[in-house]
Amino acid sequence: MELDNAKKVLEVKHLKQYFNVGKRDEVKAVDDISFDIYEGETFGLVGESGSGKTTTGRAIIHLYTPTSGSIKFNNQEIIGLKDHQKMQQFRRDMQMIFQDPYASLNPRMKVKDIVAEGIDINHLAKDDADRSKQVADLLATVGLNRDHASRYPHEFSGGQRQRIGIARALAVQPKFIIADEPISALDVSIQAQVVNLLKQLQRERKLTFLFIAHDLSMVKYISDRIGVLHYGRMLEVGTSDEVYNHPLHDYTRSLLSAVPVPDPEYERTRTQIKYDPKYEDGSKKRELVEIVPHHFVQCSQDEIPMYQERAKEMGLSVK
Amino acid sequence: MQSNETILAVNHLKINFNTYAGKVKAIRDVSFDLKKGETLAIVGESGSGKTVTTRSIMGMLANNAVVDGGNIQFHDKDVLKMSERELENLRGAQIAQIFQDPMTSLDPTMRIGRQIAEPLMIHKGVKKEKAMAQALEMMKLVGITDAENRINDYPHQFSGGMRQRIVIAIALINYPEILIADEPTTALDVTIQAQILNLMRELQDKISTSIIFITHDLGVVAGMADRVAVMYAGKIVEYGTVDEIFYNPKHPYTWGLLSSMPTLDTNSAELASIPGTPPDLLDPPKGDAFAPRNPYALKIDTEQEPPFFKVSDTHYAATWLLHPDAPKVTPPDQIIKRQEKFAEMQKAALAKAQHHQIEEEEEQQ
Repeated sequence: MELDNAKKVLEVKHLKQYFNVGKRDEVKAVDDISFDIYEGETFGLVGESGSGKTTTGRAIIHLYTPTSGSIKFNNQEIIGLKDHQKMQQFRRDMQMIFQDPYASLNPRMKVKDIVAEGIDINHLAKDDADRSKQVADLLATVGLNRDHASRYPHEFSGGQRQRIGIARALAVQPKFIIADEPISALDVSIQAQVVNLLKQLQRERKLTFLFIAHDLSMVKYISDRIGVLHYGRMLEVGTSDEVYNHPLHDYTRSLLSAVPVPDPEYERTRTQIKYDPKYEDGSKKRELVEIVPHHFVQCSQDEIPMYQERAKEMGLSVK
Repeated sequence: MQSNETILAVNHLKINFNTYAGKVKAIRDVSFDLKKGETLAIVGESGSGKTVTTRSIMGMLANNAVVDGGNIQFHDKDVLKMSERELENLRGAQIAQIFQDPMTSLDPTMRIGRQIAEPLMIHKGVKKEKAMAQALEMMKLVGITDAENRINDYPHQFSGGMRQRIVIAIALINYPEILIADEPTTALDVTIQAQILNLMRELQDKISTSIIFITHDLGVVAGMADRVAVMYAGKIVEYGTVDEIFYNPKHPYTWGLLSSMPTLDTNSAELASIPGTPPDLLDPPKGDAFAPRNPYALKIDTEQEPPFFKVSDTHYAATWLLHPDAPKVTPPDQIIKRQEKFAEMQKAALAKAQHHQIEEEEEQQ
C-alpha cells in the first residue's frame, strides 16, 4: 500500500486511559499512545496480556471514556462528542468483534434477533420482510445458511458463533471494524477459515480493521501495519514486514524471538533474546520517532542515533 | 536422555460417554507407547480426544465414561483395572499432571509452600518440616525468585507464569515417572511460555521424567517433542518422530494442520484452511472420519476405515493414500517445501554418517 498518499481514517493522539484515577491503585492501562490507521488497511496491535491492547480498542470505540487525548474518526473528534446524531453515525461506522464467541452472544436471543439488533436500533429495515432478507443475506455472507436464523447460540460451534458475531458487526454496514482477539478461542483448523473470511470481507466491502491479538504469526499474516504495545506504551510502529524482519526496539526483538515456530530444525537452534524492562522506567521522555520511513520507534532524543545506527546495520535507508 | 524402555503402553483403548443424546464415542481404538525420558506430543483439535486419553491414564474419567475395550499398561499393571486406592498411589506419585489454567488449578486458600509439600506428605509420608524444606528446594529449582520469603504467600499473590511454575513444582516434587502436561502454556503470553517450556526441558534432563505433552500449538510441539501423535475424531491418524511429522507428513489432516498455521514468513493471499467442522462423535461417519473435510479423499475413504500404513520403522499414518494402489496426489505447496527440506536433512545425515565411517576406517588403518 502507498502510505504517503493514503487517507487517514483514524487518528489517535496522546490517548491516555487510566483507571481508578487519584486512588492508590491507579492503573495507567494506556499511557500516551499515538497512531494513525489508513483507509482499507489492517492495523495489528500486538503485546502481552496487560499491555493495553484491549483497552486501546475499547477506548477507541468509546466503551470507555478516555482520560485524555484525541481520537479523530474521519476528521471528526470523538472524545466529548455531544451531537447525538453524529455519535449514532459513529457507532454505526465502527463495530467490534469480540474474543469469546461463547460470552458475546446473548443465549436467550435467536440468531436472527442477535444479527438484526443493530438494524432495529438504526431503523435500517423497511419492514419485517426486509429485515429477514437482510439477516439471510448477512448469514450467507459469513458462510451460514438462512435456516440458522431461528436457532439459538448454543446450537452452534465456536467457529460458527464467531461467524454470527461477524454478521452482527456487518449488519449496520460499518466502515471500520475492531477485532479483539477474534480467533484465539477457536481451533487451529477453524482459525484459518475465520481469518480468510475477514480478509474476503475486507476486500469486498473496503473495510478498515484494527486487529488485536497476541498470536504474532497470525497478526503478521493479516496486518498491513503493526504497532507493538508494552506497559500501555507504543514501542514500535511500522509495516508488518518491516517490524518482523527488521525489528529495531529491544522489546520487539525479544517478543519475536519467543514465538514458537512449527519447524523443529529452527526450534533446536533458536536463541531467545532477553529484554530488560528497566529500560522503560520513565526516567526519560520518550516519543515515537520515525527512524526509517514509516517505521517508528519510541525513543528519547539522545537515543535516535543509536536506532539509526541499528537500522543502517540492517541495510535500511535512514530517514 | 531417551532409552528404549517402554514405561507406558496404551493398547486399543476405546472410551464412550453416555449422554442424554446417546453414546459419544470419544476414543475409538487408540494405541501408543511412551518411552523412558522422552516427550510425546499429542496434537489435535478440541474434541479429538487428547484430554480424555490422558485422563484415562490418570484414572480420572468422568462418571458417565465407559471403557469399551483396551488396556493401559503401566509397569505390568493395567491402570484401567486398578482400585481407587491403587489409583491414589499412582496419581501425584508416579504420574503427575499439570493443567492448562494455572489460575484454577491451585487452591486459593492454601499457602503455596504447603501446596507444594502436600504430595510429599501424603504419598511419601515425609514429616511436615522436612517436606517444607524440600518444597523450598523445588521452588528454587523451578525458578521462583526470593523463594524463602514467598513460601508462605497465597496463589493470588503470583503472576500467571509464576503460578504455572508453582503447579510444575507440585507435579514434580515426587519425581514422577510420567508428567502429563495438558496445554500447560496456552493461557500464558509468548515470552512467559518460552520460559516455562525452557524450564520443562531443563527439569526433564535433570530428573529424566517422560512427558506426554498435549497441545494444539504446532510451534510448541516442534520445540518440545521427540515424537508426535496426531489425533482426529477420537483416533490417532499419524505418528512418528518430530522430524517425520513436520518434514515428511503423510496424512492429509496433518497437511491441513501444518498449512493452516501461518508462519512468520507466510505471505500468500489466502490461508490454506481445512473446510468444514470435525464430525459428531455421537454418530461417527462410516469409513475415514476425516473424509468429508478431505480434498484428497478417495472413494474407499467413505466405505472403509484406513489401517495404519508403515512409512518408516517409527512413522505410521492411517490414510488410504499410502496404499500401493492409491493414485499419486500432490500435497499442498507448504508440505512439498517441508518434504524437500526433509530430503536435504536425510542427505546431510547420510553424508555425515559416511564421513564418520571413512574417518573410523582411516583410524583403524
